[in-house]
Amino acid sequence: MAEQSWFFEFPEMDRADVVALRRFLDGAYRDFSRSYGDAIETVFNPLLFFMVWFEKLLLGMPWLLVLAALTGLAYWASRSAKLTLAVTAAFLLIGYFGMWDDTMRTLSIITVATLLSIVLGVPVGIMMARSDRMQNVVTPVLDIMQTMPAFVYLIPVVMLLGIGKVPGLIAVVVYAIPPLIRLTNLGIRLVDRDVQEAAVAFGATPLQRLLGVQLPLAMPTIMAGVNQTIMMALGMVVIASMIGVQGLGQPVLKSITNQYFTMGLLNGLAIVAIAITFDRVSQAYAKRSQRHLQGLQGD
Amino acid sequence: MTEPLIRIEDLYKVFGPSPETVMPMVREGRPKDDILAETGHTVGLRDINLDIDRGSIFVIMGLSGSGKSTLIRHLNRLIDPTEGAVTVGGVDVTRLTPPELRDLRRYKMSMVFQRFGLLPHRTVLQNVAFGLTIQQVETAGRNEKARKWLRTVGLEGYEDQYPAQLSGGEQQRVGLARALCTDPEILLMDEAFSALDPLIRSDLQKQLLELHRRLRKTIVFITHDLDEALRLGDRIAILKDGALSQVGRPEEILLSPADSYVEAFVRDVNRARALTVGAVMKAPVRRLTATTIGGALAQMRDWPGTFGYLFQDNRYRGVVTQDALKDADSGSDTSDHALTGLAVRGPTLTPDISLQDALPVVLESAFPVPVLSRDGGYTGILSAKDVAGILAGADSTAMGNGHATERR
Ligand SMILES: Nc1ncnc2c1ncn2[C@@H]1O[C@H](COP(=O)(O)OP(=O)(O)OP(=O)(O)O)[C@@H](O)[C@H]1O
Ligand SMILES: [Mg+2]
Repeated sequence: MAEQSWFFEFPEMDRADVVALRRFLDGAYRDFSRSYGDAIETVFNPLLFFMVWFEKLLLGMPWLLVLAALTGLAYWASRSAKLTLAVTAAFLLIGYFGMWDDTMRTLSIITVATLLSIVLGVPVGIMMARSDRMQNVVTPVLDIMQTMPAFVYLIPVVMLLGIGKVPGLIAVVVYAIPPLIRLTNLGIRLVDRDVQEAAVAFGATPLQRLLGVQLPLAMPTIMAGVNQTIMMALGMVVIASMIGVQGLGQPVLKSITNQYFTMGLLNGLAIVAIAITFDRVSQAYAKRSQRHLQGLQGD
Repeated sequence: MTEPLIRIEDLYKVFGPSPETVMPMVREGRPKDDILAETGHTVGLRDINLDIDRGSIFVIMGLSGSGKSTLIRHLNRLIDPTEGAVTVGGVDVTRLTPPELRDLRRYKMSMVFQRFGLLPHRTVLQNVAFGLTIQQVETAGRNEKARKWLRTVGLEGYEDQYPAQLSGGEQQRVGLARALCTDPEILLMDEAFSALDPLIRSDLQKQLLELHRRLRKTIVFITHDLDEALRLGDRIAILKDGALSQVGRPEEILLSPADSYVEAFVRDVNRARALTVGAVMKAPVRRLTATTIGGALAQMRDWPGTFGYLFQDNRYRGVVTQDALKDADSGSDTSDHALTGLAVRGPTLTPDISLQDALPVVLESAFPVPVLSRDGGYTGILSAKDVAGILAGADSTAMGNGHATERR
């Protein structure tokens, strides 16, 4: 019965229409990427130069110097001998197992991705905090960015920019930036109303209020966002390596296809070691720099 | 009379999505609760008219939710009025552009908050200098001023502490120093001392009064504590549900409350401590101005009672009783000197001492005690009966202002 068939079978779109739609969208996007691909690539060029330069810097320096810098950084940030020692040991082991260069490459993309996320994410978070409408618009976009499988948005990026560092960076940033935006927004919205009112009552301009009160007081929350961003960026290392980002992700990928258990494990552990290092050091730093907010008991 | 520094005219504030639509109801005088239930709008203030004099301490009191914070925030326009005008030094604050408004807040007024509102990430010194930082005064200049004010409020040596390391009282001193540091004409204090325990509170009240004596700033002070209001205020306004119940000098509020709401406030006050002799004394009577015993007797015949207060050359000489006059009159000596000799020098009071301190003096004295101004002029009289009436809370007929209005 023709009348009943829609009841049991979903009234689908016509097959021919599906094909036509697909053709149309694919064609339109291909045309777009053909005509604007180069232009867009030049936009990203400075970023590419910076990434290449930073990677070369890390790879070109003697490993001892890099290790010393990392150790120094860890100590400066945490003021904890134990943590510094653990960081040093982790990187010595990484080097000993022959993963030094890949680790440097991963460090480089993580650093650039984090910096880019901060540069883009904090202003967006600030704007969200200032206007409810902005918040209502951005929140669903962030939801999409966090739940859409990375492979899906990799397709148009690769079509547009090909395979390489820049599309990898974009993929990492898209995935890693949402928590920073969310936490910046939240942090500013949670700033004590009394303190903000005091700033206004003394004649502060909106910019003075932002820089002098809101951002400093939201800093612990924003720092937590940066921390999250770093962790998520590290989580993307393997996927990014599929589109040509060098680093610890590539050996992992190779191990999956060739079933090299030990190689996969070692590289995976190296990623974990970097993650823990970043996490602990940045948290120790955040705690130390916010100590005066807690009052007497710490001194 | 000089122009008041701050003038509030026909001020209304309604909170909610469209205040204009409920204004007719508010003007009709519908109760706040009805309006809230019917329209979802909260009446913050209704029909406020106030004048605040330059250099005075003006206290705004009322129960929680009566609109005190809302009112004080209209003065520096942290809240925009629904209707009405707020004039500060001749300028209508409600019409200022954003930059003009910032200048007003930077240079003319500053505020002290109930919950301090200090910047937790800045040191005490930086907090005190905050207003000057906003004004973009260079570091050396603002730190020097901030140090001076920290010293004034007794917090020398705390410069590099963070607010969280200070006690509540110390934090509020920082708040006070921060407000004073921009040298504003007007100080707005929203329950500045309410979060503090009684001892520190009375200490800070004393300090504030001292500063006020020295600097002569105009202070608008909010409190829900009548004792505090009476201690600090030159004038007191009492708010109820967003409307003014009464505005007046402390003794007016205390002695003739306008309605049952004000009365409820006043009931538990320690009147003996809150009132001064000047506020409750009666008009001066029984002033003997005669120079001879005979004249004095003649003068005394016109008034009830059997005694008088002898003044000669505008100086108080003492109490003279009719009996003493009669005894002396039957004798032979009738010179002025004789009249002076009959006067018994008794206790006197001055208008500015508290009733509490006056009480023993009045109770000891056999006669009502004359109140003399500082230059010795006869300004009033206080009897044990008057004092008893006032302390018992009975309706008082005191003149309340220290000026003679009638003579018997
Ligand atoms: N932003 C606001 N939105 C809605 N209603 C408000 C707002 N601010 C104040 N109100 C209402 O206005 C009324 C007066 O509030 P206000 O804060 O001025 O009271 P208050 O006298 O300062 O009380 P307290 O002693 O508790 O500080 C209250 O009913 C309150 O609910
Ligand atoms: Mg309040």
